[in-house]
Amino acid sequence: MKLKLDKKDFNPFLQSLMDEYDLFAPVQLAEGVSVYKKIDRPDEVDLSTSNPQKPAKEVFFPQSEIMFRYEKTGKQHQVTSTEGVERKRVILGARPCDIHAVSLIDHVFSGKEYTDVYYANKRNATTIIGIACDHPLSTCFCTSMNGGPFSREGSDLFLVDLGEAYLVELLTEKGMAFSQNKFLKKAESNDLNLGREIEEKASKKMDASVPVEGIEKRLDQMVESPFWEKVQEKCIGCRVCTYLCPTCHCFDIVDEALTNKGQRVRNWDSCLSSLYSLETSGHNPRSTNRERTRQRIMHKFNYFPKNFDRIACVGCGRCILYCPANFDIRQTIKEIQKGGDK
Amino acid sequence: MIGVGDGETATRITIMSHYHEFMLNMKNPYLPIPMVVKKAHVETADRMLRTLELGFLNEEDSKAFQFIPGQFCELSILGKGEAPFGIASSPTENGSLKFTINKAGTVTTALHHIEEGTEVGIRGPLGNGYPIDLFQGKNVLVIGGGFAFTTLRSLIAFFLHPENRNKVKDITVIYGARMPGLLLYKEELAEWEKRSDIKLVVTVDQGDKDWKGKVGLVPNVLEEVAPSSENTYAVICGPPIMIKFTFPKLMTLRFPNERIYTSLEKRMKCGIGKCGRCNIGHLYVCKDGPVFSYAQLEKLPKDY
Repeated sequence: MKLKLDKKDFNPFLQSLMDEYDLFAPVQLAEGVSVYKKIDRPDEVDLSTSNPQKPAKEVFFPQSEIMFRYEKTGKQHQVTSTEGVERKRVILGARPCDIHAVSLIDHVFSGKEYTDVYYANKRNATTIIGIACDHPLSTCFCTSMNGGPFSREGSDLFLVDLGEAYLVELLTEKGMAFSQNKFLKKAESNDLNLGREIEEKASKKMDASVPVEGIEKRLDQMVESPFWEKVQEKCIGCRVCTYLCPTCHCFDIVDEALTNKGQRVRNWDSCLSSLYSLETSGHNPRSTNRERTRQRIMHKFNYFPKNFDRIACVGCGRCILYCPANFDIRQTIKEIQKGGDK
Repeated sequence: MIGVGDGETATRITIMSHYHEFMLNMKNPYLPIPMVVKKAHVETADRMLRTLELGFLNEEDSKAFQFIPGQFCELSILGKGEAPFGIASSPTENGSLKFTINKAGTVTTALHHIEEGTEVGIRGPLGNGYPIDLFQGKNVLVIGGGFAFTTLRSLIAFFLHPENRNKVKDITVIYGARMPGLLLYKEELAEWEKRSDIKLVVTVDQGDKDWKGKVGLVPNVLEEVAPSSENTYAVICGPPIMIKFTFPKLMTLRFPNERIYTSLEKRMKCGIGKCGRCNIGHLYVCKDGPVFSYAQLEKLPKDY
């Protein structure tokens, strides 16, 4: 079902969502710093910037999250889990690459034996309103990674910015729940034509030249390659690429305690930190940057595909855009495909 | 002080949930089960190893806890954190779980100071455990060194149980420590020594005036004992240096990689394959291990 939302109705529309849902959307915290955040007032929402720095995974897998609170009385303890979700949620304005990434980490947090209830409860309670990426950046390469700036995959609703209005496509059952929203009107054929034009233009801007075909097999042969020496040379181990990566899902679990009360918390962690694998004995299985950068690349292009039959990169380009040392993963992929040690 | 099953133990885990429509009706794998320290004693002369015997506080937790030797648990002291430990007791020893803890960091130090009667949390059983089904009808050679003997103890006690003894043929155990005072489970070793259905060789690198047993390094003792590899599975756990020198001896005895198993340790947090920390290649030590065959390990990066 294709509908239309006039921009003058945008804030009232957001308010109508907020009456029923907790709304998460991009917000500018400071000049150029945009993140997904729970919205208190409709006018906070800012869809004008390019892809927010921090990926949409944060709505399901927060940077820091309390898992349970506890209280000790004498030798006993009382544990209160925080796995519950208070209200239904909507995430609005997520880019197709971030939504693609969520569908990838779904595989990690679900599972035959163990389901991560913290992630799964949020995920199940959330309706995803994606937005078409009409101005892809030079660092974007989603089309090489089974995505696209207009990919509807994973979205329940999908917005296309037509200038004066948004084209609103209702794609799933969760999306159809919005069909009666009074701010959504019937889309005319000229709206649909305009949408298609914008889509074509955006697709032409995409860098589709990152060759990932067969990369998993190629990497099987490269575990001990001298190539990793070269890869690590450029990396200063700041870890920004992993924190901002929409598919990175590693976390640490720590206790925060105040005498008899406290909480167990999980925090994003990064395989590029030397502390990540350091054992109490002093032994560190990944003691140099060589093993750590290898881990990052291998996980995305070899280990994850082995486990889940998919590459764990969506081509959002954040790791390229924000790397202080100009490390370009597209270049690394190309070098791997040439056998590495060229 | 609370004891086991004293009625104080109604569900003390509450789940704050407000929006049920989308909540999955499933168990939260991150919540520890409450247990109580029933007994605790120091194992070794250097006082670095302490064994805790934990009892379940809830009957249903006790029933639900089904494990096999080689599996592990995340032991949790609220306020200090969690750490993984192999289960040292055997599933045949009902009602409680044993862990032997090397004092090394925050959680292990807290576990060394914890008093009997205190509540702790556990999550588990986690991991795959030893392939006991594969061992059916075969000889089992167990080689252990130092405090890595915990899950090996579980394995041996399991097969020595009257119900299981006829599941495997000969059981040969070579266990070494640096000094006599560093051997774990001394009383039990003495009992096993008396039995005719297990061949136990205990050795120390360096004896003392009271030591009447064997003196020699594990790899050399293995060479001396020279167990046949025919129809035999080997399980080896110990410090890396022991494994490094014992492994070639197993090769000389013609043990194929497929029939040599070990249990790995790696820093881990979640224990269920989510947090990403303990991977070796595409496998996770917590969920695909901790027990691996050498045939598996030779195909993986040396990330351990």
